[in-house]
Amino acid sequence: MVSDPTTAFAAAWHLVATGDRELYAVVALSLRVSLTALLIATVIGLPLGGALAVYRFPGRGAMIALFDTLMGLPPVVAGLAVYLLLSRAGPLGDYGLLFTPAAMIIAQTILITPIIAALTRQFVEDDWHAYREQLTSLGSGRGRAVPTLLWNCRYSLMTAVLAGLGRAMAEVGAILIVGGNIAGVTRTMTTAIALETSKGDLPFALGLGLVLMVLILTVNGIARLGGLMIQRAGAGYA
Amino acid sequence: MRDYASILPLQLEAVSYRADDCLLLDRIDARFRAGPRSLILGPNGAGKSLLLRICHGLVKPTGGTLCWAVARPHAQAMVFQNPVLLRRSVRANITYALALAGYSRRDRRRRAEQVLEEAGLAPRARHPAAVLSAGEKQKLVLARAWALRPEVLFLDEPTANLDPGATKVIEQTITAMHAAGVKIIMTTHDLGQARRLADEIFFLHRGKLREAGAAETFFTQPGTAEAAAFLRGELVI
Ligand SMILES: Nc1ncnc2c1ncn2[C@@H]1O[C@H](COP(=O)(O)OP(=O)(O)OP(=O)(O)O)[C@@H](O)[C@H]1O
Ligand SMILES: [Mg+2]
Repeated sequence: MVSDPTTAFAAAWHLVATGDRELYAVVALSLRVSLTALLIATVIGLPLGGALAVYRFPGRGAMIALFDTLMGLPPVVAGLAVYLLLSRAGPLGDYGLLFTPAAMIIAQTILITPIIAALTRQFVEDDWHAYREQLTSLGSGRGRAVPTLLWNCRYSLMTAVLAGLGRAMAEVGAILIVGGNIAGVTRTMTTAIALETSKGDLPFALGLGLVLMVLILTVNGIARLGGLMIQRAGAGYA
Repeated sequence: MRDYASILPLQLEAVSYRADDCLLLDRIDARFRAGPRSLILGPNGAGKSLLLRICHGLVKPTGGTLCWAVARPHAQAMVFQNPVLLRRSVRANITYALALAGYSRRDRRRRAEQVLEEAGLAPRARHPAAVLSAGEKQKLVLARAWALRPEVLFLDEPTANLDPGATKVIEQTITAMHAAGVKIIMTTHDLGQARRLADEIFFLHRGKLREAGAAETFFTQPGTAEAAAFLRGELVI
């Protein structure tokens, strides 16, 4: 075991540069889990947020408040809830999903769907106020207005989706509880970093940390690019 | 000639609009028949935009009745006081409206090309609608309304923010649409514009319809003191 930082860095760099199989398997699983959760959360969150923005029904205010609150849901709480749901004695225990990647995807989906839905609701509602009369005049009902305005908000919505991805990739509490950090099965970048650090295997933890940083920087880079596009949209499509 | 029944006349009987103890429109009786360009004239805040919204069906009056000869979807179009355009290209703004009106993909494209050509916007077809100048945006929303071949076109102060050159172009477009058989119902607070475009005048003042009749009569022998003062260019509030 290495514990002094310089040696640890050198060993970590070696693992990353030589394409250590175990390390990259962990990276691949992380990406698979977070991207799948993001896909599901986007497919649910965009139309849900759009509908919340445009339709008026009893309980709408409460739903909006709920999603706004869930945006700040602590990952460990989400993890605990999914754990109870999926554990042997839980209502979905028969499916045997606990400690599988599917469980981690479920937990992350629960974490990021509210973010995407709440931000989408905000953006689309602003647009709805500006466009309601014009769209009604052209013969569009509320149902038709939802996809129209989602597309109209596409630049802002990209930021919402990237915020969701950022939260999923950085999160450790939920997937640690429902995945169990089993080597080769449910070990992801963040859970491995937490575990290897506590075990003292600094090179592996650091190597993962480096890859995670690069990935998050890439996501931020994409977000920045999106931001630039939105700025350009100020002159263009705004 | 149209091969279906006209939705006109539009008959308003005692149409009122009240918002928290404020009577914004007070028992308006009016009849808009096919043919003449009807101009709703009045100072700022008179209730012109509100009356137009009610006629177009966007706002329900709180009192009175509004009655078209027949109901037919997509027979009316409206151009709002501030142009409302989607964050799409110039052409896509038109094809979107045509899609809602049920045009096939091919017809949308053809019709859009045609009206953009007529509006002088063909070179801008692929540009984002948001980069257009105020005058071009106004041309675009007019072209979008015209593309739908409405029988009745509501125009809410279509030249309020434009310079004299752009105003002239828009007025020519309105005249051409009228000549093509579109019923024009428009608001303005611009006397010069009313003189140039109106066949009949509806003079609105503080939510009350003070005069309704032929434009010539209105300008030569106004029947109310408010209208006379407005015509003299006095500040009417
Ligand atoms: N839906 C509404 N609810 C409450 N108040 C309204 C509503 N619509 C219009 N008003 C009010 O009614 C008054 C008349 O508004 P309107 O926009 O019709 O005036 P206007 O004659 O079009 O004026 P301008 O020439 O400035 O456009 C204003 O005081 C406005 O605030
Ligand atoms: Mg107005």
